Order: sequence, then C-alpha cells, then structure tokens
Amino acid sequence: MKFNSETAVKGVLTVVAFSALASLLLIAVFIFKEGFPFMLKVGISDFLFSSTWNPQAGQYGIYPMIVASLYVTLGAMLIGAPLGVAGAIFLNEFVPPPVMRVIKPTIELLAGIPSVVFGFLGVMVLAPFIREHFGGPGLSLLAAAVILGIMVLPTVISISSDAIGAVPNSYREGALALGATRWQSVHMVTVKAARSGIIASIILAMGRALGETMAVIMVAGNTVKVPHAVTDPVRTLTANIALEMANATGMAREALFATGVVLFVVIMILNSIARATLKRRGANK
Amino acid sequence: MRVSPKVTQALAVTILGAATLLTLVILVFVIVFVLSKGLPGVSLDFLFSSPQDMGKSGGIFPTLVGTFLLPLLAITIALPLGLGTAVYLTEYTQETRFTRTLRFGTDCLAGIPSIIFGLFGFIFFVVKLKMGWCLLSGALTLAIMVLPTILRTSEEAIRSVPNAYREVSFSLGATRWETVLKVVLPNALPGIVTGVILGIGRSIGETAAVIFTAGSSLRMPMTVFDSVRTMSVHFYILAREGISNENAYATAAVLILTVLLVNLVAYTLMHRFIARRSK
Repeated sequence: MKFNSETAVKGVLTVVAFSALASLLLIAVFIFKEGFPFMLKVGISDFLFSSTWNPQAGQYGIYPMIVASLYVTLGAMLIGAPLGVAGAIFLNEFVPPPVMRVIKPTIELLAGIPSVVFGFLGVMVLAPFIREHFGGPGLSLLAAAVILGIMVLPTVISISSDAIGAVPNSYREGALALGATRWQSVHMVTVKAARSGIIASIILAMGRALGETMAVIMVAGNTVKVPHAVTDPVRTLTANIALEMANATGMAREALFATGVVLFVVIMILNSIARATLKRRGANK
Repeated sequence: MRVSPKVTQALAVTILGAATLLTLVILVFVIVFVLSKGLPGVSLDFLFSSPQDMGKSGGIFPTLVGTFLLPLLAITIALPLGLGTAVYLTEYTQETRFTRTLRFGTDCLAGIPSIIFGLFGFIFFVVKLKMGWCLLSGALTLAIMVLPTILRTSEEAIRSVPNAYREVSFSLGATRWETVLKVVLPNALPGIVTGVILGIGRSIGETAAVIFTAGSSLRMPMTVFDSVRTMSVHFYILAREGISNENAYATAAVLILTVLLVNLVAYTLMHRFIARRSK
C-alpha cells in the first residue's frame, strides 16, 4: 500500500511539473494562432515594413512601432546600462560591505515599484521638463527612454552585482599583489571576469524595456509615426496592443495579436541570448 | 603623456560614485515625491469609502478589496503548481534532458512581458473559455505570470535543506513523500514563503495583464466571476484619463506603501532564512 501511494505522489508531481512548460506552450500557441494567419493574409513584409497603421481602412503596417520600440529600448539602455553597471561596480568594489548590505536590498526593493507609478511621474515631472527645455510636446521618445532607463536600473544593478560578487577574491588579490591599483584590478580583472554576467543583465533589462507597456503608454505620446527627433511622440509595439485592445474586433484584433507575435519572438530571442551568455559563464568556471 | 594610475583611480572612483549616487537619488526621489504628494490625501475615509464619479472623488475601498483578492487567488492557484514542480525537480528526479527542458520553459515564461500575458489571458480565459472579465480570469493569468518566481524560490529553499536531514528521515524508515512533508518542506518554509510574498508583490503592482483579464469594474465583487479593479488599474485609469490627479497621487501613495511593505517582509524573511542556514 505504501509503495502504491509513493508511486501516485510521484505521478502527480510529474504531471504538475509540466505546468510551467505547458503554460508557455499554451501562450505561444494561442498568440500565434490568433496572430500568425493574419500576418500571412496581410503579407509578412507588408505587415512589418509598411508605415501606415489604419485598421479602419484595412491598413496594418507596424513599421513605425517597430522603429519606436527599438529606439525607446536602445535609449533606455544608453541611460540604464552605464548607470546600473557603474553602480554595481562601485557598490561591490568601493563601498564597505556593511553599507553595501543596506544599499543593495534597498535598490532591489525599488524594483517592486509598480510601472504605472513610474509612468505617472514621467507625465507629471519629466514631460513638462522636456517640453520646456528641449521643445516638442513633452510626451516623447526621450521621455519614454528616460523612464524605462530608470525602471531597468534595479535589474541591471542586481544581476551585475551578483556577477561581480561571484568573482573569486583570489583574482583581485592576484592583481593587487602584482602592484595594480584598486581601479586597475577592478577594470582589468574583476569586470573582465564578470563580463558575461554584466552583459546578461543588460540583455535581460532590454527585454524588460521592450516589454514594458503601461509606463510607456503614459509617457511616449502614442503617435503612429516614424520619429525624426528624440522629442517626437512615438507608439511602441506594446503600447499599440494595449491601446487598441479595448475596442478592437475582427481583423483589427488579429492585427494586435500579430503585433504580439512579433514582440514574443523578439523577446524570446533576447532571453535566449541572455541565458546562453550566463551559461557560458558557468562553463568557464 | 601618461596619466598616473593613482589619478586614473581617483577619477574612476569619482565617476562611479557619482553614478551610484545619481541612481539612488533618482529611485529615492520617485518614492519621496509620490508619498509627499499623495499621503496628505490618504485618510481612513479615503481607504474605506467607495469611489464617486468614476473615482473623481470618494475613496478606493473596492480597489483595496480587489488588490487583496486577486493576488490571493492567483497565489492559491500558483503555489501548488510551483511548489509541486520544485519538489519534483529536487526530490524525485535527477538532472536529465527532461528537467533541463522544464527549466528552460520556466526561464522563458519568466521573461514574457506582462502585456503578452494580458493578450493570452484575454483570448483564452475571457473569450475562449467564456469566463468574461472577472476575478478568476485575472487570477489564472497572474498565477501563470508568478509561477516562475514561486517555482525558483521554492526550489532554492528546498535545495538548501541539508541532505543529512533527509538521510536521517530515511534511516528511520520514512518514505520519500513522508520525508518531503515532515522534514524537507517545514525546513524550507521560510524560503517558500519569501517566494509567495514576492509573487504577491508582483501581482499587486501589475496592470497590463490585469486590466484585460479582470476588467475594471468599480463594484464590490461578490463571486469569482465578477469583474474587479485593483489599485494599480484604478491608479492607471485615474492618471491616464486625467480624472483626478489628487486621487491618483493618493492611490499611488497607498499602492507604493503596500508594495514596499510586502517586499520588505519578503526580504526580511529571506535574510533571516539565509542567516539561519549559514550558521
């Protein structure tokens, strides 16, 4: 009897263990099933590279949104990556451990601030500032990039700093024993050794920036146009889905799922790269 | 001319220090700004009365209820799945191609943006299963979203239970499942709770996945098939539609305090757990 209940438990747990994988497949299947036939109907290249988005007139080009998502994400990385990596290096290498033990959890706590709050701050503080000092409507590519850059800081700092913290102390001691200054040992040895973890943190942050929706809707201005200046309003792929979801039906709704397919594929690629990078670090050790 | 390493070091440390300071200042500013603008509008009356005019005036009570119920239900669904998977991966199998695939799936799931969860939840739970915008649709969607968090923290917590504990249990004649229930899980409990609280924190702050699945009704939910509005969604609607900046700030203040408190509890627990383990 005992033996039987053990087998039953194992059986149940094996089934349960499929839940995450099954959810992933279910999500992929449903997004693709709703979106992919549409892409084929409109034509993949028309869908991806035509600039007119006008669902009422049957025109479904998401090129301006692809460009917007790309710019906003890269802009966010220009701000978030250097600040975050600098912060991670400084906190690990130049700050006494007791202080680090306070600051790092604080930063990780901040990762929990809901994205809508960042978006609201962008509207109330950042957009007026941009309007005044750089011109344009304020709600813009620049505003979205800055807000996302700030939002990814905890991700970059936390993962980079884990990578830097995992570099064995003997590496640093070796460099210092050879007469290197602290900084030389940091940038020639420690950062090099932690490189793949740092890169992975940046790629994961890119995924987060690309996938962020509500904060971006609030600050980006949402005009469907290829931007010519950083102060132009833009609409990202994620914003497009969320904005039109409420009242889209039929073809228009399929178009949003097709937008979701593009997003899904790009994010999967980014995450796979990050995963492979982190794994290589594991293999090096 | 060659710059002396000492000068380079001073320069580098200054720049890094400035960048770190800037980061901290920005992040602290976000919190201080919202709290200073919002807290004056928060009162018991604001917390416990119903909104009037779509939230232009009145309080946020139904959204508090929604913010409490939705994560609770989501965790109730996700915990058995996440914990079960973690137990399976740590106690019932070795590293194989199959477990690597499971892990890969979990990692991918963790990376999916919330708007995709929203799309999926809408088309699957709301439309296909005809559940409509409701508490249950939202909770199921959120459950999938927080599953990776719960799975990973549980797995780590279970792995940190020393093998000697299991061996003693086996030597006393306990079966594997008895060992799991009576030895492994009780010892891994603080770590598992941490994962649960992190999942709750994430659910509370979520907007994109919730608004398309749980809807945004301001009425008090009576069953799991009623639509609910969480604080995050309420705040988003107030701010985006310019209904009331004052109430938006006040709601944001309550939201931030809730999330920070929840995460603080998670971190305190986690650190206690780590401290106890490393003794």
